[in-house]
Amino acid sequence: MTSLRINGKPVKAKPGITLLELAQKQGIEIPTLCHHPALTPKGSCRLCLVEDETTGELFTSCNTYVTGGMSILTDSQRVKQARKEILELIFAQHPVDCTVCDSANYCKLRRYAADAGVQGNELPGRGEFLPVFDNNPLIHRDYSKCIGCGICVRACREIQGAGAVEFKGSGWSYRPTSSFNKTMDGSSCELCGLCVSLCPVGALIEKPPLHRGVEDKRVRTVCPYCGCGCNLELRIAGGKVIGVRADIPGSWNGPSLCAKGRYGLFFVNHPDRLTQPLRREGEDLTEISWEEAIKEIAGKIKEIIKESGPSAVGILASAKTTNEENYLIQKFARAAIGTNNVDHCARLCHSPTVAGLAGAFGSAAMTNSIGDIEEAEVILVTGSNTTVNHPVIAQAIKRAVLHRGARLLIIDPRELPLSRYATIHLKPRPGTDVAWLNSMAQTIVEESLHNKKFIQERTEGFESLVETLKKYPPEKTEKITGIPAEQLRQVARAYAQARRASIFYAMGITQHIRGTDNVRAIANLAMLCGHLGKPGTGINPLRGQNNVQGACDMGALPDFLPGYQRVDSKEAREKFRAVWGREVPSEPGLTVGEMMEATLEGKLRALLVFGENPMVTDAESSLVEDALKQLDLLVVQDIFPTETSAFAHYVLPGASFAEKEGTFTSTERRVQKLNKALEPPGTARTDGETIALLSAEMGYHIQHQPAEVMKEIATLVSTYGGIDYRRLDKGGIQWPCANPQHPGTPILHVESFPRGKGLFQPVDYQPPVESPDHKYPLILSTGRILYQYHSRTMSKRSPIDRMEPQGFLEINPTDAEKMGIRDGDAVKVSSRRGKIVSRARVSASAPAGVVFMSFHFADEAVNRLTSSARDPLAKIPEFKVSAVRVEKI
Amino acid sequence: MEEGCNHKHRFASVDDLRPLEEILKRYEKEKGALIPLLQETQEAYGYLDEKIMRMLAKKAGYQLSQIYGVATFYTQFRLQPIGEYLIKVCHGTACHVAGADLITEEVCNQLGIKEKETTPDGKFTLESVMCVGACSLSPIMIVGEDTHGKLKPTAIKKILKSYYGEPKEEDE
Repeated sequence: MTSLRINGKPVKAKPGITLLELAQKQGIEIPTLCHHPALTPKGSCRLCLVEDETTGELFTSCNTYVTGGMSILTDSQRVKQARKEILELIFAQHPVDCTVCDSANYCKLRRYAADAGVQGNELPGRGEFLPVFDNNPLIHRDYSKCIGCGICVRACREIQGAGAVEFKGSGWSYRPTSSFNKTMDGSSCELCGLCVSLCPVGALIEKPPLHRGVEDKRVRTVCPYCGCGCNLELRIAGGKVIGVRADIPGSWNGPSLCAKGRYGLFFVNHPDRLTQPLRREGEDLTEISWEEAIKEIAGKIKEIIKESGPSAVGILASAKTTNEENYLIQKFARAAIGTNNVDHCARLCHSPTVAGLAGAFGSAAMTNSIGDIEEAEVILVTGSNTTVNHPVIAQAIKRAVLHRGARLLIIDPRELPLSRYATIHLKPRPGTDVAWLNSMAQTIVEESLHNKKFIQERTEGFESLVETLKKYPPEKTEKITGIPAEQLRQVARAYAQARRASIFYAMGITQHIRGTDNVRAIANLAMLCGHLGKPGTGINPLRGQNNVQGACDMGALPDFLPGYQRVDSKEAREKFRAVWGREVPSEPGLTVGEMMEATLEGKLRALLVFGENPMVTDAESSLVEDALKQLDLLVVQDIFPTETSAFAHYVLPGASFAEKEGTFTSTERRVQKLNKALEPPGTARTDGETIALLSAEMGYHIQHQPAEVMKEIATLVSTYGGIDYRRLDKGGIQWPCANPQHPGTPILHVESFPRGKGLFQPVDYQPPVESPDHKYPLILSTGRILYQYHSRTMSKRSPIDRMEPQGFLEINPTDAEKMGIRDGDAVKVSSRRGKIVSRARVSASAPAGVVFMSFHFADEAVNRLTSSARDPLAKIPEFKVSAVRVEKI
Repeated sequence: MEEGCNHKHRFASVDDLRPLEEILKRYEKEKGALIPLLQETQEAYGYLDEKIMRMLAKKAGYQLSQIYGVATFYTQFRLQPIGEYLIKVCHGTACHVAGADLITEEVCNQLGIKEKETTPDGKFTLESVMCVGACSLSPIMIVGEDTHGKLKPTAIKKILKSYYGEPKEEDE
């Protein structure tokens, strides 16, 4: 500790902190425009000047470090005078149009000027105005107001990693801009909005609307889009969301959000929100009261149970709703109705992860934390377009490469935004993952790069793995995967020889007929090298939706009770019976796809859907449509009308994430608290309230107060044992958290695996169900885009929709030329199951022979083309490989 | 290439990536050699074309914005193609005192262009530069490789004309 004096008061400080940081700790405010704690200090705005009492010297406090014996004045007459002059100089270049500036009360310059008594017209202005960049739908740039603090430039490089803005020119014309003055979206910009949120003045402003005013309150909550689980504050004024803010002290994401989090939350106040229960009467849906709705729905369920038994009823829970509500939904299904027919869309994303990793380790989740990504020496990304699907995690990967010297290895068929950060990007043919994963492992064993100690102490089944791997020398699999053997060997060596190497994967690995095998092969690879249980290592499946981890943890699955306790285990059922007071059925229930099939066979008659849209998101939509039409009872609770609710007999208005309490569990197993910021519109209710009402009507009382539900969960699920709302105020807890004293677990499997030893599960390559042939010569792969989400119910009702309001078919220039297709042409895409019309986007991102479409757009419903062929174990359809034909219209 | 781009004799076409690849190879092992890299690239292509810069960023491992920032910071770098002859009128102190403004004005008059512009026939590009280090010859302008000193505005017309009359071979 160093001793110094600040404004005459003796203080002690840790060496290595700056004078500014010290002053802030002491509660002394020093004005600064160019400083942000997450960025390297620059000292360019000069406002943070302080005076050295002994020498009378003035210097910037943001980049001066504490030294023993210093005596600092932060508010002396000289300092005040100097600051005043600096502000006057800034205003000589800054328009004094504060009354019409959208930065309004958020402008730091205006506040400091007011504090210092600067009017802004003391010095003659230069009177030079620069052109306004108004062509981006989300960001308004007016560089006449720029004060050259460089926060946007540093933030984009140091935090976001995109490097989309840079200072241009020198002298008077020195201003930030995108390269070649392109529109932001035409550059490497990902529209994360970080620069806008940190701009201290009005040079960068969010669009629209103008003049949103100042909030009445700010409510801390969790982003409802992807599994990253970013913490944010909703700015609320007049009962509406007027904006979003990150940068909450103690939040894991700091100032970072992505385009969806920043510009995608205005759907909450959209006029399309459902506000009253609806009942189908012929073609129309007419408003009814909640009492009627609950009474009729419960009555019909009881009738169906009486006629066809409880297994004629199915429930789709949701990865978008809270842990507490998912828990209640499955409890309702199992205890009130008496069926295990409860599933949700994790079936369609990470069910192979649950199956594959549970087999290998005994638990299935991201093993490490987002916070330790930057500690890796080597990062292997496969089957994940991270920048698009998990933008804030991608930021950490980019930082690891740019600032920590990590090597990024990508193995993915498509050219990705991350590719330009990669040391090497190998492009396998879709659906050949087991082949190259095995070849990587084979290389590691052959060249004796495997971690013998780890294998000896922590694993079992190594010998049988070696036996299987013998069939997969890279030279042999080159023909299957198209990856040159030597390059694959290089990647294998880089992964094996790194001290800390991590693997990130997502749907490119799981959405295959052999998805579970892919996951097992990944687990084998990580165990082979011992890259588990340390920071910067691990197997990191990136979960797609905000609460898909939680929905699985809560047992919204047909074969698992909460906490992955098997329904076919008598002991587990007994444990739940004791708390619920009802028998739990022992037969595993139906998965999403199986429910549709059972409906077509007449076995399933009623389906309750909470916040899901299977009509758009499930494979082979024509089957789904037939099934939904055939149901005797379809109830949909959602916040907006959806393609699925169009078939419903009853539509119930739900409360959005901003209108309820509860918890979401993010991809890094972080249980985070949602706080209620608004009242639900009209008579809308939370999913939990609806469940409680229905259950009561059916004669089984369910407590739905979120805090109480979490207490019940904590008693039944050991990994949530220490989760308590009172502990979640400051940024969440990562499970396993066994008791109220347990701090949570950032890294899994440090000492041992839940199943004891890690199990090598050898797997063999099997080709995808469909291969291209002369009739359907192209492979169709599906996925997401940055500016839309799921079936667009939320994203299309937010400003972000303007970025990409239409779907497209991405096609390689060579393929396009062969078919005479030009960029923007309308095209017909057909598979063995259906055909749709889309618009061609000719791009080298798609490899030759592969076309890509997103599944967001209901009017170009790509799932009319996909096949419902499923992984035998995880029951996930093969969304990533369908044979299709593309024709110009 | 469009017609009228007469610099094709001296500079590589931006569709030809070979010169860039050669330069990149030479600097492969040198870190932080961005400025010489850009200088040589500009020498090869006459200016820093967007496409070439994107390629350079990708191959040399820079972010495009970084390169763009450096290229716009220094006046020596050009982002637009130049004519066959680059006219640099010196505006250093000595030349300024000796009437450099009048020289620039006369060149503008004669060619019908403004500073930093290129004549429609692609012959000349006009730039103002700081001291070229030949103050004894002030005011001075450099046309292509040729230095013209102790200029008077009245002499400009003849000098410029001389670049039209001469047969092409002499350039080469």
